[in-house]
Amino acid sequence: MSGGILFEDVSKFYGEVLGVNHVTLAIGPGVTSLVGPNGSGKTTLMNLMTGLVRPSRGQVSVLGISPEHPEQLFRRTGYATQYDAFPRGLTGYDFLYHCMRLHGAARAEAKRAAWEALRRVGLEEAAGRRIAAYSKGMRQRLKLAQALAHEPVVLVLDEPLNGLDPIARAQTLALLKELASQGRYVIVSSHILHELDRISDAIVLLDGGYIVAEGRIGEVREEVKDQPARFLIRASAARQLAAHLMEAGAADEVRLGASGDTAVVGTRSAEQMLLTLNRLAVELGADIETVAPVDADVESLYQYLVGAGGDFS
Amino acid sequence: MSSSAWPAWARQVRAVVALEWKKGFAGKRTGWILLLAALPVMLAAGHSLAMWRRGDWIHTVTGDSRTFAGLFQLAYLRFSIYLGCAVVFANLFRGDALDRTLHYYLLAPLRREVLVCAKFLAGLSALVPLFLGSVAASYLSLMAHFGPRFEEFLLEGEGLAHLGWYLVVTALASLGYGALFLVVGQIFANPMLPAAVLLVSESINAFLPPPLQKLSVVYYLKTLVPVKLPETGPLAVLAADLAPMPAWKAVLGVLLFSAALLACAAFRARRLEIRYEE
Ligand SMILES: Nc1ncnc2c1ncn2[C@@H]1O[C@H](COP(=O)(O)OP(=O)(O)OP(=O)(O)O)[C@@H](O)[C@H]1O
Ligand SMILES: [Mg+2]
Repeated sequence: MSGGILFEDVSKFYGEVLGVNHVTLAIGPGVTSLVGPNGSGKTTLMNLMTGLVRPSRGQVSVLGISPEHPEQLFRRTGYATQYDAFPRGLTGYDFLYHCMRLHGAARAEAKRAAWEALRRVGLEEAAGRRIAAYSKGMRQRLKLAQALAHEPVVLVLDEPLNGLDPIARAQTLALLKELASQGRYVIVSSHILHELDRISDAIVLLDGGYIVAEGRIGEVREEVKDQPARFLIRASAARQLAAHLMEAGAADEVRLGASGDTAVVGTRSAEQMLLTLNRLAVELGADIETVAPVDADVESLYQYLVGAGGDFS
Repeated sequence: MSSSAWPAWARQVRAVVALEWKKGFAGKRTGWILLLAALPVMLAAGHSLAMWRRGDWIHTVTGDSRTFAGLFQLAYLRFSIYLGCAVVFANLFRGDALDRTLHYYLLAPLRREVLVCAKFLAGLSALVPLFLGSVAASYLSLMAHFGPRFEEFLLEGEGLAHLGWYLVVTALASLGYGALFLVVGQIFANPMLPAAVLLVSESINAFLPPPLQKLSVVYYLKTLVPVKLPETGPLAVLAADLAPMPAWKAVLGVLLFSAALLACAAFRARRLEIRYEE
């Protein structure tokens, strides 16, 4: 294999400003999510992959092709940028048709591919309207259509869910998953974490131009063993159980639900906490309805690593 | 499909030209460019109309062909063609960058060098026919008031040859200034200031040191203009042609000058990065 997408000690400076620094990264097939707050370097990484910016140091290759060779790269790569702009005066169909013509497609093929891409993103009805009259979500989907119209193996999408309503979001996620299941490389960025972790095969966490964690989601979790986790416990004697967990040193924090049958328990060692809970349940004769991790998604991990609070959306 | 017979890159070049046409080149400034092409025609037609109404017989065909030479050098070479090229070619890359749409071109499987040439061709495909038409219309309407005398000059005298040379110079001027402003547009955020500076240096070309003279479009075009301006009077500065040369040399000069500038534009395009101002 020609190695997927490879960054070898890549740094990018915009004059004095750091874009990304010392990035060494290998991206394989499937969905890879680049996740990080504003200015963390997601777009910079994507622009480096596609040759829209050139590395200050290090080397990038995509399927063995240097981004310095667009004539080869874009036969196999499609990129939906974060820039929300389109050539003046065009309809959605015109835009895709001309993009396909730029790809060297003959007229009939360009027409077919344009309609096929419009269909895939659900824009067929708006195809004949001027892009200027599109909503933000429609423009976002049109960019996605432009990136995948020529059936690339590598698909790079910068914040593709931005501005989409929940239905369009779900449809887009399903589309990305489908594309990944065909063996393609789908690289997606977001600063909203939980929207991507369900479809991601791998994630790359970025902060301040550095990769702070990277790998399969499970591996990334492993990397940080004593990551604090929180569990929701719903049980007949939740209050009592929580108190005993604290006493036994299996929980670091406890918050009780108003109804008395729920508690949220924070711990640094999930395994020990769950074992203790089982033992207590037997001892106290408590009836446990559910034990569920509150923050099983990548969000908690991310908050922990990046040390930023709150929601970035 | 007949078009599948074309190699992919040729189809891509055509696609760039087609997209530039679709976008309407200079956008809101398109009207100004049409006006630039129309102005000299109006001047020429106005002259003809005035002569015709006065029943002027003092003017000779030779005299008026010198008038046209003045109009051509002043209104076309130094004004309409020059400005038209500045607006269209300087904005080929810069305009797309300002619109934040340049990346769509860079995301096509197209060498940057080919992209530069394709955009250049797109600019020429719009301006060359426009200015050829305008120059021909000016020439014919300026001389129209002579009636049969002009017909004779055109068909049996030197008229047609003159017109032919004016058209050649027009095409070469678009080529040379087009290439020049393609580069200027890549280098300068605001190309109008360098355009003004270059216009002055083009106009006083004959008084620059000889090596510098050669780095100019007008240096070559002057020799090709079929009717020389009088070397006295207000247009003397424009008229001075210190380095007459054979026509083939002058044509080659413009071609080489343009090719060098295109190579420079291609080199810059290879290092071009997308950094839209936030
Ligand atoms: N054209 C530019 N000129 C100067 N600095 C830039 C430029 N583009 C990016 N940067 C800087 O590089 C850093 C990384 O920016 P980048 O756009 O890659 O982040 P991002 O993760 O995509 O952010 P966002 O979520 O806001 O899109 C930031 O500090 C940013 O200010
Ligand atoms: Mg970004």
